[in-house]
Amino acid sequence: MVTGHVYALTGAVLAGLGLFAFITLRHTLRQLLAINVVGAGIFLILGGLGRGADATDPFPQALVITGIVVAVALTAFGAAMIVRLAEARVATKAATRPDGGKPGP
Amino acid sequence: MAVPLGFMLAALLAGRAARWLILPAAPAMAGLALWLALVPADAAYLVGHWDLPLGILLRPDGVARLMVAATALVIGAVGLHALADPPEKAGNAAQAETFWPLIYLLWAGANAGFLTTDLFNLYVTLEMVSLAAVALAAMGSLEAALRYFMIALVGSLAYLLGVALLVGRYNTVDVTLLSQVAQPDLATMLALGLMTAGLLIKAALFPMHGWLPPAHAAAPAPASALLSAIAVKLGFVILLRLWFEAFPAVSGQTALHVLGGPGALAVIYGSVQAMRQQRLKALVAYSTVAQVGYLFLAFPLVAGAPDPSGAWAGMMLHAVAHMLAKAAMFLAAGLMLKAAAGDRIGDLGGLAQSMPMTVTAFGLAAVSLMGLPPSGGFTGKFLLLNAAIAQGAFLYAGVMILGGLLAAVYFFRALSACFAAGPAPRAPATLGVRTAAPLVLAGLAIVMGFGGSALHNLSAIAAPWAAPGAAAP
Repeated sequence: MVTGHVYALTGAVLAGLGLFAFITLRHTLRQLLAINVVGAGIFLILGGLGRGADATDPFPQALVITGIVVAVALTAFGAAMIVRLAEARVATKAATRPDGGKPGP
Repeated sequence: MAVPLGFMLAALLAGRAARWLILPAAPAMAGLALWLALVPADAAYLVGHWDLPLGILLRPDGVARLMVAATALVIGAVGLHALADPPEKAGNAAQAETFWPLIYLLWAGANAGFLTTDLFNLYVTLEMVSLAAVALAAMGSLEAALRYFMIALVGSLAYLLGVALLVGRYNTVDVTLLSQVAQPDLATMLALGLMTAGLLIKAALFPMHGWLPPAHAAAPAPASALLSAIAVKLGFVILLRLWFEAFPAVSGQTALHVLGGPGALAVIYGSVQAMRQQRLKALVAYSTVAQVGYLFLAFPLVAGAPDPSGAWAGMMLHAVAHMLAKAAMFLAAGLMLKAAAGDRIGDLGGLAQSMPMTVTAFGLAAVSLMGLPPSGGFTGKFLLLNAAIAQGAFLYAGVMILGGLLAAVYFFRALSACFAAGPAPRAPATLGVRTAAPLVLAGLAIVMGFGGSALHNLSAIAAPWAAPGAAAP
């Protein structure tokens, strides 16, 4: 029971740190990473609270696994969008530069 | 809900031919929705035949039936519209193809979300819908979509944290089971608060609406129609499940004003902002903020009414009428903007002569959104107003009347611009599916006003206040 609480408390701290980082950081990639830290914290809470005295309950574990799959997919999607946005910005910058849009150094 | 997933895979594989898949998909889904509306009231389906603490229960109650049917109508019409008029930027044909798998993903996620009673499954469907919605928004403005994505992620994580706390407390995530064991203790309150906050972000209730207008206004018209009509509604339906089905014992009358108060503010704020907009799509997007406000304003009215069936039906009718009318309005606005000289309201001059059908569709949708009789929006608002006056909630009643007046002001501003004399439109007006789709949707929103009592009964099927398991709040 006590060890379970240690995990859950660590998870709560992680989630709080991640949320703080999400609010204070402005770069979208950092924000995405911050959200992943929050997610890791929540999964730890989920797993930690579901830990029984003697045996581990498989139900929260199943939820955590599903949640991790969802988080991976969303992170990949978000990263792809950030890359696209960066590419679009580079393209517009290159197009407006006087040297005719060569890629910068 | 598996059927649209199948269509999504087929659309991914078919590539360029994918657009034609909407032709079989629309009638098939409409048929399934109709079948769902007619199945016996106590029907339920356990996915994979696991028993309840572990299994996932799919249950078509009145909310789900109405929502699934309205979703099928909206996506079917929007799909047919987009078939005739593919949403793409000039010179970006690949983008139009991505639209098709996305609408099926949205469709599958929304249907699954409306039907399930499993809170974790709801989290997954919430993410499915968000993913599709963000990708649809990204077709217009990548920046607005990214902002939406980040905010939506925080919302889902707040929701997930709430689910985690509930698992730790009750060891189940099924709404029907939770309603029997829920205690008003700290962990439950915290979980409910977290989940509500997360869902309010998704449903764009004031003051968490910031992401909505830029994302919805920038997306191509069929995409914004889907975003405004469906993506926002899923958060609303999940909140209904939480507050009225899972935790009626926890959520007291005062707590419900936490939802009703911002709802009332949203009605005023969204309407005022809509009046100040210069661009047509931004106006329609802010109108969504106001209309979502009505939905949440209804929460305390349902809970406080001695006979909740009237307010409940009003809330559901309003949700469905908004889905139909707002989708029609975005489609019509998209057509009008294509023909007009620019995207400002002042540029709409002369359109009433050159494309009367489309302007009519816009007008009919506006009638329903304003709540003028006879329309679905009127029936919904009337039932809500009735409930508000019956229980002495004159503040809410006043806000509803004021909101209707403000809506009339901003929609008539757009309409009168259409009738003003103006330069000849750039493109000749075309008839066919693209004009008919918004007209049909807007017409349905009006016709709903005549089918009120049938829909009233449909919404009452297995409603939480009628279920024996859940005491009326």
